[in-house]
Amino acid sequence: MGKTVVEKILARASGRSAVSAGDVVEPAVDLAMSHENAALVINQFHEIYKGTGLEPRIWDPSRIAIVFDHRVPAESPKTATNQKKVREFVAQHGIAKFHDIRGDLGGICHQILPENGYVRPGAVVLGTDSHTTSHGALGAFAFGIGATEMASVWALGTALNVEVPATIKVVVSGLLPPMVGPKDVILHLVGLLTAEGANFRVLEFHGDTIRAMNTSGRLVLCNMSVEAGATAGIVPADEETLRYLRVEARVEDALTPVTPDADAAYVRTVTIDASNLEPQVACPHTVDNVKPIGAVAGTRVHQIVIGSCTNGRLDDLAVAARILKGKKVAPGVRMLVFPASGRIYAQALLKGYLGDFVQAGAVVMNPGCGPCLGVHEGALGDGETALSTTNRNFKGRMGNPASDVYLCSPAVAAASALTGTITDPRSAVPGGAL
Amino acid sequence: MSHVVLTLGDDVSTDVIYPGRYMATVLPTETPQFAFADLAELNAKLKAKQVPPGSFVVAGKNFGCGSSREQAVSTLKGYDLIVVAKGFARIFTQNAVNLGLDIVEAPAVVASEGDELEIQGDEVINVTQGKRFPIVPLPLARQALIAAGGLIAYTRKRVMEKAAK
Repeated sequence: MGKTVVEKILARASGRSAVSAGDVVEPAVDLAMSHENAALVINQFHEIYKGTGLEPRIWDPSRIAIVFDHRVPAESPKTATNQKKVREFVAQHGIAKFHDIRGDLGGICHQILPENGYVRPGAVVLGTDSHTTSHGALGAFAFGIGATEMASVWALGTALNVEVPATIKVVVSGLLPPMVGPKDVILHLVGLLTAEGANFRVLEFHGDTIRAMNTSGRLVLCNMSVEAGATAGIVPADEETLRYLRVEARVEDALTPVTPDADAAYVRTVTIDASNLEPQVACPHTVDNVKPIGAVAGTRVHQIVIGSCTNGRLDDLAVAARILKGKKVAPGVRMLVFPASGRIYAQALLKGYLGDFVQAGAVVMNPGCGPCLGVHEGALGDGETALSTTNRNFKGRMGNPASDVYLCSPAVAAASALTGTITDPRSAVPGGAL
Repeated sequence: MSHVVLTLGDDVSTDVIYPGRYMATVLPTETPQFAFADLAELNAKLKAKQVPPGSFVVAGKNFGCGSSREQAVSTLKGYDLIVVAKGFARIFTQNAVNLGLDIVEAPAVVASEGDELEIQGDEVINVTQGKRFPIVPLPLARQALIAAGGLIAYTRKRVMEKAAK
């Protein structure tokens, strides 16, 4: 029987000739990422060494990445002090892949890692963030873990007792219609699978729609794979992966794509016809409460958010800017734009998108997680509704349990900003085409 | 034997267990104060120590979905709550095992607040309702960590073995 991508990656990383779903392995970790919660990882890392008489030592500092993004710039003395402690640790242990709060090199971890070429096809990538699944877009096996587990990785360099996950094959075919994109594909899929439908499983993406999709779009699919409970999402690396890594991430060393065998064993196959897909919206308070836009069009919104590790990339900002250019955000609506990284911010500045947003009345914020997880800025008032390109709409997610969050694509968000109600972008622009 | 202090439905997210706005608080000694912070009544009872250790939270499918935040586990561990659910999300499962929070997967479990429960072997017994529900064992890969007394102890042992070589 043939092997899935994840089975091949875990066999290589565990030094075995072959592994199958259900086997327990201890793979070597190629990259271990944390954000502000590195503060807790550091605490647990020191805890491991307590009473051992040994000096705490990171197995390989070159494989650690730390990116400040959740609360940047710090919103409180507590966060600022945690960030300061992390900085001191980074200096002490010589961690080079450290992205502090900077306009040029900073940003959201799930954008910083790909754009700097830290993630390679076939790699095992662990992050103390559930959306670490994003990096499957580059053909890596990437998954989220807790802080204590990361402390263990820092000490040992391996992921302990990993059960090789079974894989669900997702085949997406057909040409995406105008104003329908990767976000609509993944929202539709999460609705189809449900929030626990892929729990402990991997989603492996196939089909001509995926092959034609750029890395920016594939990151959206893998990012939100966790919303169906998936351990990881993965797009087998192909020419586009190599193009992205060579051209955009400027990687020069050898790259080895891992592809599944034709007779690989999948627990389930799901097929999606992209050519019939409509813009999708995830309604409060679960990500799998997904409806085609017609079912919720007209719903009043108070805040529009464009950004996050899901949809804060240049493509996303481009779509939104083209809809908003020369127009105005509706009265009574606050529109917040968060580019995913400093690099994207600078590109969007040069392309004129940021100017288009500001002139339309949107507020352009600094790169970071922004209001997505309700810890920093852009909180909602009681009874208010947000329409957001982020990835979660759980009760209280944007900081207020008495508010509602709807999730959508950048096109839907931008079209809705013009009207103040959830709006089908196909109707917002004459002819539906951009 | 202990009482059920809270029942919840499916897909209880980490934002419900430990709201994101308290994520700047990370230490296991400090996180318990924010357990179920948006369920004000329960949070107050926990903080007032009116919930005995070993009390049960009973939930539906996919408990702990969402964020990888370990606070969602340490906050419950701080009160020694036992979570019985029809199912658990993967990262929450791992974090619970790593930190030694008792989680029990019982896909058919039925319980109301105030019911008395007992874990006996591979069954959850609802004493009040006179019903028994089978338990699904934790993933094989996680059992070695429980046997070692949690992940810190397990890794400490490994680090010392490595140093001895």
